[in-house]
Amino acid sequence: MDWFPLINSLRIAGISTVIIFFLGIFAAYYIAKAPRLVKGILDVVLTLPLVLPPTVVGYLLLRVLGPKRIIGAWVLETFGVKLTMTWWSAIFATTVVIFPLMYRTARGAFESFDETLAYAGQTLGLSGTYIFWRIRMPYCRQGILAGTVLAFARALGEYGATSMIAGYTPGRTATISTTVYQLWRTNNDALAFRWVMINMAISAVVLLAVNMLEKKQRAGRRAG
Amino acid sequence: MALCVDIEKTLGSFHLRVKFEAENHVLALLGASGCGKSMTLKCIAGIETPDRGRIVLDGTTLFDSEARVNLAPQKRRVGYLFQQYALFPNMTVAQNIACGVREKKETRARVAEMIEAMHLQGLEHKKPHQLSGGQQQRAALARILVNQPEVLLLDEPFSAMDSHLRFQLENEVRSAIRRFGKTVLLVSHNRDEVFRLSDAIAIMNGGVLETIGEKKAVFADPKTVSGAILTGCKNVARLEKRGERLAHIPDWGVTLETNRDIGEVTHIGVRMHDVLAGDQGRNALRCEVVEEIENPFSYTVMLRPQGAPQAKPIGWELDKNAWSRRRADTVTVCLPPENILLLRE
Repeated sequence: MDWFPLINSLRIAGISTVIIFFLGIFAAYYIAKAPRLVKGILDVVLTLPLVLPPTVVGYLLLRVLGPKRIIGAWVLETFGVKLTMTWWSAIFATTVVIFPLMYRTARGAFESFDETLAYAGQTLGLSGTYIFWRIRMPYCRQGILAGTVLAFARALGEYGATSMIAGYTPGRTATISTTVYQLWRTNNDALAFRWVMINMAISAVVLLAVNMLEKKQRAGRRAG
Repeated sequence: MALCVDIEKTLGSFHLRVKFEAENHVLALLGASGCGKSMTLKCIAGIETPDRGRIVLDGTTLFDSEARVNLAPQKRRVGYLFQQYALFPNMTVAQNIACGVREKKETRARVAEMIEAMHLQGLEHKKPHQLSGGQQQRAALARILVNQPEVLLLDEPFSAMDSHLRFQLENEVRSAIRRFGKTVLLVSHNRDEVFRLSDAIAIMNGGVLETIGEKKAVFADPKTVSGAILTGCKNVARLEKRGERLAHIPDWGVTLETNRDIGEVTHIGVRMHDVLAGDQGRNALRCEVVEEIENPFSYTVMLRPQGAPQAKPIGWELDKNAWSRRRADTVTVCLPPENILLLRE
């Protein structure tokens, strides 16, 4: 059995989760402080990928990243690199699709933060960076961790946008989800079933982790 | 270590306008909740920004709207004790205190010193949620004092406490204040606490600082209706001027002499324990007893002047023995002119 789809899926999900961890947290932190109108607009725009069909996201990505489109053409001309149909092209798709998950959970976690703690830190002379990483983040860590794990799980299962922007090339761009579709289409039911089981096992473990984190968070709240 | 504050801030329909000075003593901001006292502290600490005005601490301008000075909270050297203490929940007591140390090289020594001074030995490695309320307050005070602030701001320090704990904590805070020795602002709505802890009192009402003065002077003459109520005066009523020193009180159906000119005064106030028994003075009133309320160590007797069936009752507080000796359906009391507070709206 060729394990490439598993490895490829894991690295795509892993890299996009790392990117989204920082992007989602900073978007959540700064947008929470923005004026109400800006907040309302950005909230809608940034959450849109969560409700749009992945094929629509894939279409929009191709509209900008395709080799004849604005960004795609510029990158191809300047660096000689095609942004589509490589294994890492899928990272664009998963990043866009999972961003709202991270952004939403991080914002929820930040909203539960007791701002007085930040004020206390300020009056004690602690820097903003210190307060953010050593007080705010630890306070919100369970919520943020749950968001990260959920984002990773969603990235692992991304199919629509990924298949449009990275396609399906065995050994090059194949992920678990695109492989399952391809195997089913070619009547390789036995192998398709195996990948389905692998995928379900990974997802179950991830969801278990989310549940445990949430339980711990609730227990932590009670103790605190 | 003088603190001069003269600020204005508008928040929706709420206007904050305070002006005061405090130097090396404990000034209490006494006011009902929502009167702007916490907002004042936040402006001094730099957590909130006033719209206009100046805040100067010991010669250093912390805020000046005209000179466009607005120091970051980190640079103000203001020690702020928050209502719920705001200890960092993810850190131990020692780590919390270490956050306040300015000379990072001396952290260990400073933390150890402060743990001893605040009687926190044995709790160094406990998290805040493992501490009792009193221990949390001591840890929060330790974290602030190790930071060497120039002024201490105490925001309702005992509001989160049960009453039996309050007394003990008040003593601890008093000794911490004494050791600190610089300017302290205490925000509270509790007149007893304010009287015991402070040197001077500022009465705040609806965002405005109405009266400021030495504490006994403020209790003796609170000047405003809200001041009288905040300092615990229960009998407050509108007056109608009948002469320079003669006031008719429609609520009570009586006319009383005052010992000062009424002028622009709109209300009078009489503290419940300033009502005297007997007819040996001026402003004697024959009253019916409407109700007697037993307190742990005294009685509160509600009186209605005779011939005024619509009158609101006047409260009279006297100790148990005194009431047992006099108990009757009708009594004579007097409201001596010197015990009458003259108040403006």
